[in-house]
Amino acid sequence: MSFITRGFSGRSRDRDERLPPGQTLVSDFPVLSAGPTPEVDTADWEFTIRTEAGVHRWNWDEFMALKIDDVDTDIHCVTHWSKLGTNWRGVSLDTLFEDVETEQEYVMAHSYGGYTTNVPLDELLDGKAWVAFEFDGEPLDPEHGGPARLLVPHLYFWKSAKWVHGLVMMDQDEPGFWEQNGYHIHGDPWKEERYW
Amino acid sequence: MSDATTSQVTALGAALQSVPRSGWHAATVAAVHRETPNASRLELDVDGWPGNAAGQHLDVRLTAPDGYTATRSYSIASSGSSTRVVLAVDKLPDGEVSPYLVDDVRAGDMLEVHGPLGAFFVWAPAAQTGDRRPVQLIAGGSGVVPLFAMASAHAEADDPTPFRLLYSVRTPDDVYFSEELRGLSDASAPLRLDFVYTRRTPDGWPAPAGRITREALEAAVIPAADRPRVYVCGSTGFVELVADWLVGLGHDPRSVRTERYGGT
Amino acid sequence: MEHVDGNAIAGPLAEFFAFDVTTATGRCVGCGSIAELARAMVYRSGAGTVVRCSTCDTVLATLVESGDRAWIGLRGMSAIEVRRAPSAG
Repeated sequence: MSFITRGFSGRSRDRDERLPPGQTLVSDFPVLSAGPTPEVDTADWEFTIRTEAGVHRWNWDEFMALKIDDVDTDIHCVTHWSKLGTNWRGVSLDTLFEDVETEQEYVMAHSYGGYTTNVPLDELLDGKAWVAFEFDGEPLDPEHGGPARLLVPHLYFWKSAKWVHGLVMMDQDEPGFWEQNGYHIHGDPWKEERYW
Repeated sequence: MSDATTSQVTALGAALQSVPRSGWHAATVAAVHRETPNASRLELDVDGWPGNAAGQHLDVRLTAPDGYTATRSYSIASSGSSTRVVLAVDKLPDGEVSPYLVDDVRAGDMLEVHGPLGAFFVWAPAAQTGDRRPVQLIAGGSGVVPLFAMASAHAEADDPTPFRLLYSVRTPDDVYFSEELRGLSDASAPLRLDFVYTRRTPDGWPAPAGRITREALEAAVIPAADRPRVYVCGSTGFVELVADWLVGLGHDPRSVRTERYGGT
Repeated sequence: MEHVDGNAIAGPLAEFFAFDVTTATGRCVGCGSIAELARAMVYRSGAGTVVRCSTCDTVLATLVESGDRAWIGLRGMSAIEVRRAPSAG
C-alpha cells in the first residue's frame, strides 16, 4: 500500500548532470553519525598506518608538517544527497604511504569512537584520497569528523570515515561497520553500489 | 513445542524472509485545529486501527508525487479502541514533515500510518496491571502528548492511582490540551498539575520564567520514598537532565521510563 | 549528535519481529548489563540507525532501511529475553 499525499513535496530535489544516478543536490551539509561525537584534542590526536611489518605514526604536529593539498571535489552520500565543488585541505594518502612498504592490498580505516570502513589500497592512492582537516577554509568541525577525517570522494561518503585514527592493512577485503550491516562492500556512486 | 515457543521461532523465521510491511494503515484527516501558535492537533480516521494503549506512538509516512517518501514518529494523544486517533504536532523550524502536518494538511487528506507502536512507554489502569504505585508524569514542551494520553486514560478509567503531571512549557500560549488539562486537574479531578514556564509566565505567577531547576523538580514530583512510576518525555536535553536529577533524588532508575524525541 | 530511546524504533523493528521487541531485554556483550531495548540509546541518521548500550556505549544493534529492503544487525547482544505471557496493555 502506498499513495501520494496531497500537497507534500518534501525537501527540494534538483537534478544536475554532474550528479551520479539517484542523487540530488543539497546546499547544506547533513550530518550522518553512528553515535556520540568523539571529542578529540589535537594534542592527543594520532594517526597510524599498521602493516605486516610494523606501525607508522604521526602526531598532530608531524602530520601538519607534511605536504598539504587543496582539494576541490564533489561528494556523494548514500542517502541520496550530493554536494558539488566542496573545498578541503588535507594530506594525500600518497604522501602518508611514501615510506610505507606493504604487500597487503586492503585497508580498514579505524576511527575514534569505534567506526570502521574498508577500502582497497589502490583506491586510496594516485591522488584519490586524503586525510582532511579543513573544510571551506575552516578547521573541520567535530560534527563533520574533526580534527581529521578520511576523504575518498570517488566513493560514497560513508567511506570517508570521520574522526579517522588509523589505517590497518589487510590481506583480504573485509567489511567495515556499515558494510557488515547492509551497505555495499565497495560503494561506487556511479554504479549505485549502495547496498549488498 | 508450546505455542509461545512456536511464535518465537516464527518471529525469528520472519526475519530471514521477505516480510511485507505489516501494520500500515490508510488514514484520512478528519479534522485539523490549531493547538498552539506553533502546533496543530490532527484527528485521523484510521482504517483498520486496532486501538492503542496510552503512551504509544505511530509512524507517519508521506509520499510525494515523484515517489519520494518521508517517515516520522509521533506520539498519540488518545487511547482506547477507537479508530479515531489524535495527534498533536509541533512544527520544527528545519523540519520536512512537521511543517506540512502543521500548516498544509487539511481535512480529507490521506496519509499512511504504522502502528500502534511501542509497548514500553505506556500506562494501563491498575485494574489491568495490578500496579497501584503512584504515577508521576514529567513533560517538556510537546513531550506532553503521550503523557496527556495517560492522564486522560487514567481519568476515564476512574483509576485510583495518584497521578501528577509536571509540565515544562515556554509560555502559557504554548500549553497543549490547555482546556482538557484544566478539566482533568480541577478540584474534584484525579490529576495534580504543576507548570514550569521557561520563557514567559502568566500574570501574577509566583516564580520567574526560567529553565526547570533541580529544586523545582524536587518540589513538584512525588517523592522517591513513595516509589512512584515516572514517565518523562521531551527533548533529549530535557529528558537527560530530568532523568539524572530523578536518580540523584533517589528514584529507582528502573521505575523511570523516558521518551526522548530527536530533531526532524 | 543527540540520541533518542529504544522505544522510538518500535516501528522499523516491527518489520523483523512478530512482537514488540523494544520491551524485550537484551544482554550487552560489552559490559554485561541487561536492560530492555527501549532503554537503549538510539542514534538515527539517514545512513541508518545505531542502537547503543546506555551503560557502556557498545553498539547493540544496527538498522538500515532502503525502500523495499531493510537490514537488522544484532552484533552487541549475547541474548534477548522475551516474556511469554504478555503483560497487560
